[in-house]
This record gives sequence, structure tokens and C-alpha cells, in this order.
Amino acid sequence: MKQYETIIGLEVHVELATKTKIFCGCSTEFGGAPNTHTCPVCTGMPGSLPVLNKKVVEFALKAGIAANCQINQYCKFDRKNYFYPDNPQNYQISQLYLPICHDGWVEIETSAGKKKVRIHEMHMEEDAGKLIHDEWEDCSLVDYNRSGVPLIEIVSEPDMRSSEEVIAYLEKLRCMMQYLGVSDCKLQEGSMRADVNLSVREAGTEKFGTRTEMKNLNSFKAIARAIEGERERQIELLEMGRPVIQETRRWDDNKESSHAMRSKEDAKDYRYFPDPDLPPIHISDAWIQELREAQPELREEKQQRYQEEYGLPAYDAGILTESRSLSVLFEKTAELCGNAKKAANWFMVEVLRLMKEKSMDPEEVSFAPKHLADLILMVEKKEVSAQNAKKVFEIVFDEDVDPVSYIEEHGLKIVEDTGLLNEILNKIMEENPGPLAELLGGKEKVFGFFVGKMMKELKGKASPDAVREALNKEIEKRR
Amino acid sequence: MDLEKLTALQLAEKIKQHQISVLDGVKHVFEQIEKKEPKIHAYLDTYKKEAYARAKQVQKGIEDGTYTGPLAGVPIAIKDNICIKGKTTTCASKILENFVPQYNAEVIDRLERAGLVIIGKTNMDEFAMGSTTETSAYGVTRNPWDTEHVPGGSSGGSCAAVAAGETYLALGSDTGGSIRQPSSFCGVTGIKPTYGTVSRYGLVAYASSLDQIGPVGKDVADCAALLEIIAGHDTKDSTSIERQDLNFTKDMEGKLMGMKFGVPKEYLAEGLNPEVKAAFMDALKILSQQGAIVEFFSMKTTEYMIPAYYIIASAEASSNLERFDGVKYGYRAKEYEGLHDMYKKTRTEGFGEEVKRRIMLGSFVLSSGYYDAYYLKALKTKALIKQEFDRAFEKYDVLLAPAAPYTAPKLGESLKDPLAMYLGDIYTVAVNLCGLPGITVPCGMDSAGLPVGIQMIGDCFMEKKILRAAKEYETCRGTFPTAEEGGRKA
Repeated sequence: MKQYETIIGLEVHVELATKTKIFCGCSTEFGGAPNTHTCPVCTGMPGSLPVLNKKVVEFALKAGIAANCQINQYCKFDRKNYFYPDNPQNYQISQLYLPICHDGWVEIETSAGKKKVRIHEMHMEEDAGKLIHDEWEDCSLVDYNRSGVPLIEIVSEPDMRSSEEVIAYLEKLRCMMQYLGVSDCKLQEGSMRADVNLSVREAGTEKFGTRTEMKNLNSFKAIARAIEGERERQIELLEMGRPVIQETRRWDDNKESSHAMRSKEDAKDYRYFPDPDLPPIHISDAWIQELREAQPELREEKQQRYQEEYGLPAYDAGILTESRSLSVLFEKTAELCGNAKKAANWFMVEVLRLMKEKSMDPEEVSFAPKHLADLILMVEKKEVSAQNAKKVFEIVFDEDVDPVSYIEEHGLKIVEDTGLLNEILNKIMEENPGPLAELLGGKEKVFGFFVGKMMKELKGKASPDAVREALNKEIEKRR
Repeated sequence: MDLEKLTALQLAEKIKQHQISVLDGVKHVFEQIEKKEPKIHAYLDTYKKEAYARAKQVQKGIEDGTYTGPLAGVPIAIKDNICIKGKTTTCASKILENFVPQYNAEVIDRLERAGLVIIGKTNMDEFAMGSTTETSAYGVTRNPWDTEHVPGGSSGGSCAAVAAGETYLALGSDTGGSIRQPSSFCGVTGIKPTYGTVSRYGLVAYASSLDQIGPVGKDVADCAALLEIIAGHDTKDSTSIERQDLNFTKDMEGKLMGMKFGVPKEYLAEGLNPEVKAAFMDALKILSQQGAIVEFFSMKTTEYMIPAYYIIASAEASSNLERFDGVKYGYRAKEYEGLHDMYKKTRTEGFGEEVKRRIMLGSFVLSSGYYDAYYLKALKTKALIKQEFDRAFEKYDVLLAPAAPYTAPKLGESLKDPLAMYLGDIYTVAVNLCGLPGITVPCGMDSAGLPVGIQMIGDCFMEKKILRAAKEYETCRGTFPTAEEGGRKA
């Protein structure tokens, strides 16, 4: 069989995390009873008019700047006309002729090393509603809560060659959007969606093959499977001497196969034209400058800083910056406890372990950094044993309790009061006259026996060192 | 007291002086409606009960100082493409036969704040597409001057209602002449404001870049006062403009002496009915006699105005009317198989011929492969037309034109030849393409006794100039008869 190269370009839709919709004041919150986050504008009522949410432009600009894009400082909205009930006006307000950003790039890293993926354009548009088919009643219902939620569509050049590169690119975009605070990029809630354009060509040839577009990809895993599946399907066709047809295909992740939705011949004519309800947008140099200056530290810079400023190993810096929300938690904790290395240790071991056990996303981790910092400080000051601190942290992680009062209330605080130690020691010695005699007789073996008894009685409230010290003193006294 | 003779401002003044109650004015209007509607059919819906209740409320408001405006207590009719909360808004189309908006158009809120009394919804060409009010799905409106004739369109119901004394004021909308042309045909006054002056929020869109709501009234002062109420920036409409000079009723009095008027020569060429031309020339004479400078100049883009207008308007309309699909509101076909069949049957049954013609025309000019040749070219043509108007306004304060090439046609004549009907919009469409303000004032009659109007066009934001010119012209012209006095008794 011949060698083939896979050529992949992506169209990624990212839902922007603005509080209100792109053209009206309705909430963008996910969920909500059907048609409760709606108004005349986002349900396409006659006479209603769109008014652009400036925050959407700001978020799109932030994304464009981070992806090294050129900005169209004079840009417009166009109407994309098509009939479908999820689209209340039967046109989608989008950008075709003058998208807000174009010609950028992002760098991805795979096992093969670093590589640039070029961004063809980024444009703003509105999301559609959701159709629900009621099998029981045999009717379709529509929920317009999502109608008018702002999106940016990020169109890449056909620069990717494998599913590994595609996943790296998507992870890169997701991380970037989260760091910028412009989207939470949750695939399962549909706030990040990707369509894959794929073609294959014989290795070494220049000309691109015929491409297909794959839709309905709901997870990174599905995307990887769909890429492998489509690559194989196209190669099989070519090997059989049959042509690949330019078409849109729908991926079924359960069946791990795809079927054709529509071919190029019946591609729709969207009759794009400038939306006359929305005046062109003028983006000033000053605004772009302002956003550039306010651009938050992105992952790469953070990784660098963690190594230089905190002295963390590259691996740890990488893990801790994978998610912006986790890095924020970490930095706060480090700042509050004044020991970045210790804080990093807790995150690398305990936080990651608990996340994994509970299969949580970093965004779902919600304990107050002060609580972990307090715990770290208590261990530092030997006020709680490392063992107990770990147990207490599990409760902090789950319920975000205040560890100081928790430790106090549950009697886990290390006892510094030697009076109490001696009291317990005397009690144990009285209860065990045999071993005591041996101990006083110089048998080192029973020393451990007494330490063990003490620790058990104290339930970790005293450090082994303190126990040993008290025991030695008592032996001396009794001898 | 002879309530029919009063203008809206006079009525409001008498209400303020306690010579008449708000209810008297409203009752009078409903008497006229009862008397004349069987012949005219200017209204699609009237709100007698609510209007009576509202009249009492406004009366109280005037007395306690809530309503102090110059038109408080005056009855007004609303074109049926303007949304009123809880009131069926059909756009004279079957497809919206049962549509009840849950929101007010911005202009309705403004009228309510000013203490006007809304008495009903007026007939129109379906979705404002037409020049005769004959494309209404709910029957034609007849011209009060001669009921064998059309009132013009698309705001034919609003203009006929004012002409017949069935209201004191009305709101219309003007996309290509839809206020100015029926005002001319019905012998009333109407203004199309500068684009962006009046909020379009709640106006069911025909062609968004051209649509403006405007006043229709018995004279210039009434229209200016109403415009002052409805104009103003609205954050709900992105194309609404923040203007400072909205005191249209101020400084209206002024001499014509020295004002410079320009008349495009091409407007007086072939196609203009000689009697309309004669009435128009008489008006020019009056202006000159008052010391105004009237000059003829060449408007070279004239022949491109109609094509550019119909391409742009139809393109926008084809998209604007997509939302009428039977899914969310309005008419839905009774029997269908599947989604596409539902769309197809609903729209086939719900829209009238003229609307379908424009949707098809608009869809065609926007389709891939034709976009550049038609739509883009029309936009470029529009820019050239605008440049020519800009140059004209460097020389002239106000441009003059007839409102239409002929007086009101007979019922049933126009729709036979849609292309000929489109050509009848020759003097009005450029004003919309360029966003200019325009006013029509009655200036004479043809031999059949049908009114002729003169159109005064100003540069953008120069409403005050055209209002002053129109007001002065009106004074010099003298009283114009009402339809009842001057019209042919039907």
C-alpha cells in the first residue's frame, strides 16, 4: 500500500463567556427552563432589532490578539440566510466579508516537537437555539435559550497532519481561551465545538486531495476517532480507485463511523449580505493597544515564571499551568503560605490525586486557597502532623471547611503541653509494669513499644520527636 | 364647535383651554369612522373602548400636569406595521393574521408619554410593498377624494384616514415614498424624516436600511409637532442617531426670501403627467414670487434610482421576511408533510403576489454568482446617487420634486403592470437611498379634482429647513380644501 499523508484543517466554534447575549440583554447562562432566557430580539419577533454587545467584540479581539491575528479595524456583520427552526429569524448574524480577525497563528507541541498552525480567520456570530424531538408526541420543540449566545468561529489553515496535532491544537485553543477568560470551552456543554476538514494525499505529492467536513464531534476522543476513521475511509476509497466526494459527513461516535449529510452539489446558497440593522464596527488603535496591555499572562509565560521565580521543575510548571483556574488556585495558595515549593507539592500530589479519584475537571475544584495555605502553615509549625493534614485536606477539598477550626474542634492539634504528655506516659507506664522494668533495665527494644503506645493514645496530636523526648526524660528521671 | 375643521394642534389647544374635552375629540373621530369607513376602509382595527377609557385618563393627566405637550389628547391612527403591545399587528398580510406582539414599538411609547390617544390600526400595502394599498390582504382602501381611486401607498390607510377626517394624525412608514406619495394622492401632509431620526424598534421591517416612520397630518405644523414627539435616540435601534436639533416646531416661521431651491430637470421630463406638472410649476411660481431662488439643474443618476432602489429594497426584504415561516407565530398552513412542505405551503398561502415577487427578486440578486452583478452594483449606484445629492446640497437649501408622476390611479389599474407601478416611485426612492428628509405638501389639483403634492427634500438632518420652506409655502398657497369640500362625492 502507498504511503498517505493526512491534511486537516479545523473550524472551531467557541462560545464566549459574556454575561448577556450578543444582540440583546438576555442571560447566556447554560441550562434554565426552555425559552426562559429569551426576549423579542433572540426569538426573532417582528420589529425587534439587534444591538451589539460590545463585550463580544472585546473578547473576540482578546482571542485574536492572543492568536497573533491581524485585526480588521473596520468590520461588519453579515446575514447568513437559511431556513431551520432553531434559527428564529431564518438568518444567522455572522461575518463573511470582513471578519474581525484574520491571518494569525498558534504554536502547538506534540511528541514530534513544536509547530505553528496558521489561523485563517476568526469571526463573531450568534448561536442558534436547540431543537428537541419529542418521540412520544411525535413533534419537535424548540428552545431559544441558546439563540443569540455569542460565538467566535476560529478557522485554521489546513496545517495539521495527525489527530495528535489536532488534539494539541484544540487543547492549545482551549487553554488560551480559558486563560484569556473569554470562554470556559466545555465540550460537553457545547461551549467549544469543532468541525474537521480532512483530506489525504499520497506522501510526497503537492496537490491536496478532495476534502470532507466532519460534524457532530463532542469530545476530544471522538475527534481523534473520527479523524482516524475518516482517514482510513478516504484511503480505502483511493486504493479501490474510487474518488473521494466533497461532502459534509456526520460522525456517530457510538458506531464509530460517519455518514454523508450533504454533498457539494446541494450545498446551500446562504445569500450572505451586510446586515442593515447593524452599523459597521470601528476598532480604534487605542482600544487594541489597551487590550494588548491588559492581556493576562498566558500559559507559556506562566510556565516560564514558575520555573524562574518559584524554582519549580519544568514538569511541575507544565502541570500546574494546564488549567488557568488551577494555576490561579496554586498561585494564591503559594502567596498566602509564602512557600511556593510546598504549595506546588500539595497540588502535584494531593490536589491532583483527589481530582483524579473524583474525576473532576480543574474548573470544578473550588476550595479556598487560604484554607490550604493555613494547613501548610500548620504543618510547617508542627501544629498538625503531616498524616492528619492530608486527612483534613480531603475535607477541605470536598467541603471547603476552615482547617484551623476543624483541627481544633477535632482535637488534632499537636500537643505542646508536656504536662499532658507526661500524664499519658505515666498512665501507660503504670499499666505496663513489665515492659517498664525492662526499659529501665536498659532494653532498647521496649523503647519502641512505649512510643507506639503513646502515639496511639495521642492520635497524632504529638510528633514522634516530642514523644521520644518525653520518654527519654522520664527514663532518666526514673533511673 | 366644528371639530372637523380643527387641526391637531388647534384641537389640543382647545382641550387645554377646556373648550373641548379629550373625549369630545375621540368621540368625533369615531363618529367619522362610523360614517366613512364603509366607503373608505382606512382602518384594519379600531379600539373604541380603550380609546374612550384612555381619553378620560389623558384628560386627567392634562389637568394634573402629567401631559403638557402640544398634542396631548389628540387622536392618532397607527399604520399596521408598527407594533402595539397586545394588539394584532398584521402588516396587512395573511401570514400575520393572528400575530399579537408582546411589546410596543418605541414610537408607541413616545406617543403614550405625550398623551396622544391611539384609535386604531390603518390599512397598508402588504408589508409596505406597493404604491396603492391594493396589495393588502384585507381589502383595498379608497381615496376619500374619489372612492373609485386608490389612496396611494403603502401608507394609504393612514393618509386616507387623515384626509377623510377619521383621525387628526397618523403614523406611516416610508421605505421608497410610502408616506410622501399617498400624502400627495390624498391631499394631506406627510414627512419622511432623515434615516435614524425615528427609532425603527417595533416597526416590522421591509427594507431596514431605508425604512423610517413618519407623521401624516392635515398641515405642516401638525406634522412637525408629531415628528418632534416621535423623534429621538433609541438604544434599542443601532441605526438610531443621536441628534440635538429635534425641536422641529421651533423657528418654523421664516421668509422664503433668498432661500435656494433646486429642481432636477430630469424629474420633469417624459412620464410626468402634464396636469401634475402644471400644478407643480404653479407651486414653483409661488415660491419665486416670495423671493426664493428656484433653479433647474441636472440629476444625471435619475435613471438608476429605480433599479438601485428595487434591488436593495428587495434584497433586504427577502431576508427580513424569512422569519415568517409558520414556526413561531402567525399563519401556518393547515396541511403539510414535514418541515420543508410546511415552510413552502405556509409562505405560498400566507404571502400575497407582490410580496412573493419581491422576495424572489431579492433572493435572486443576493444569490451566489449574481451578488456582485446586482446587489453590489446597486450599492455602488446608491453611493453615486448620494454623491450627486451631496453636490446639489452644496448649491441648494431644498430640492423640489413632484411626489408622483400622476395623481391617484383608479382602483385595479396599477397591479396589472408591476413594472409601471415601480416606475411611479421615481421621485421618492432616492430620498430613502440617501437617507434624506422629505415632506409632501398639497399644491394643487388635476382636472378631475384629485390632489397633487409637492415634495421638498432636504440634506440629512435639515428637517428644519424643509419644514420652514413647507410652512411658508403653505401659508402663501392659502387654504387647501378637505376631501369632503373638494372631493368628488362618491
